[in-house]
Amino acid sequence: MVWDWLPEYLPKFVDGLWVTLQLFSLSIFFGFLLAIPIGLVQVTGPKWLGHIARGYCTLFRGTPLLIQLWLLYYGLGSVFPYYPGLRESFIWPILVEAFPYAVVAFSLSVAAYEGHVMKGAFQSVPKGELQAGRAFGMSNFTLLRRVWLPRALQNVLPTLAGEAVLTLKSVPLASTITIFGVYGVGSIVRQETYRVYEPLLFVGFIYICLTGLIVVLFRWLENRVPSESQL
Amino acid sequence: MKIIKSILAATVVAAGMSTAANAEVRLGLDSSNYEPFYSRSADGNWTGWEIEIGDALCAAMQEDCVWVPIAWDGIIPALTAKKIDAILGSMSITEERKKTINFSDKYYNTPAALIAPKGLSIESIDDLKGKKIGVQVSSTHSNYVEKYLSDGTDVKIYQDFNDHNQDLFAGRVDAVVADSLALAPFLESAEGSCCEIKLQLNDEEVFGIGVGAGIRKEDTDLLAKFNAAIAQIRADGTYDEISKKYFNFDIYGGSN
Repeated sequence: MVWDWLPEYLPKFVDGLWVTLQLFSLSIFFGFLLAIPIGLVQVTGPKWLGHIARGYCTLFRGTPLLIQLWLLYYGLGSVFPYYPGLRESFIWPILVEAFPYAVVAFSLSVAAYEGHVMKGAFQSVPKGELQAGRAFGMSNFTLLRRVWLPRALQNVLPTLAGEAVLTLKSVPLASTITIFGVYGVGSIVRQETYRVYEPLLFVGFIYICLTGLIVVLFRWLENRVPSESQL
Repeated sequence: MKIIKSILAATVVAAGMSTAANAEVRLGLDSSNYEPFYSRSADGNWTGWEIEIGDALCAAMQEDCVWVPIAWDGIIPALTAKKIDAILGSMSITEERKKTINFSDKYYNTPAALIAPKGLSIESIDDLKGKKIGVQVSSTHSNYVEKYLSDGTDVKIYQDFNDHNQDLFAGRVDAVVADSLALAPFLESAEGSCCEIKLQLNDEEVFGIGVGAGIRKEDTDLLAKFNAAIAQIRADGTYDEISKKYFNFDIYGGSN
């Protein structure tokens, strides 16, 4: 084991860690925001919207994230030159960056997986509780905010933690579209120092720390939500 | 296995014949094709840029030469065992190889090139301030960009050579730094027609010295002859005349 390269590359790893964390948290945030309506319309209807949501989940869960990412980034990119006006438009500075594509691709994927989870979660809340809420005169939105969503989340937090960990471990895919997170920096070290084990082990170590952090975070969340026995 | 055996047999026969002639200089090259430098045509003759250069060198040295194909991994042992007299097979000059054999002066060094859309005006690397530059991860080209262009430019690192070309076409990067030879097919493609070579980049420290003729340590006479011949064909225009047929950039790379 030779670790003499570590001090030299440590600042790059710190930058990479920041990129990894940003991509991860933004994707989880936007993905989850999307997952709520995707799950909900499959339970409440209207039927046609439910079908669209189900189709969306099937499509995005059924295809590799890497392909979605490339279709979005390189696929769209190959179309750009045919719209010359685009380069002068206000949106061009965003289209040029790789990061927004990664956030969109990852969020859509998270939305599909978590949307599927949320559908089950919404279904699992006993009808009686919702009826009780209505009896209190709650509006649909208040009912969702105060009763349905909290109760649904309570049931699926451990599952969502698992999804979050899987998303974190998909982040290395973004290195294929020039977003160099922790993994990307590791591959630079590998190719510049010709060391294989040490950089890979180091990257693995960082990921296991991040995973640990996510697990702890979700456990803390679970503890904040009172469980059945505590009620 | 049979193919390897027949190549070996051919090599032995060729080596044997030329030993008998003895006056000939036996030029060793890789037995597999390396286009556009050398390849075997359908009639069994070797053709390509390096073959023409080698023949021109021999003419300048006033020597008779014969080409001897040898499996690449055995080409230095073949030289030291006197089965050939010189390696003329696109062998890069490296410190490691210099421990075993001598090298003539370089006779080519595929330069790195900076390509950019035709409309963009780039006269020198100073014009790249504020531009986005694509390079492949951990290549000599990314080392060059890090050395000269890391200040004031946005460097995007790609895993794959084709990906940065794709993004140059898409307009996500303003310029790409890569090997001239590797870029040539892209520039000839429909997508690559957007762009052209703006700068030829030379730096021996980053890109290496280039390719020279490998010669036995003790053959100092032959080494001197090769160096003189390289200088001669460079000076009399033979080199450029041959190169023009194969490349639309300066394959010699650098001005010396």
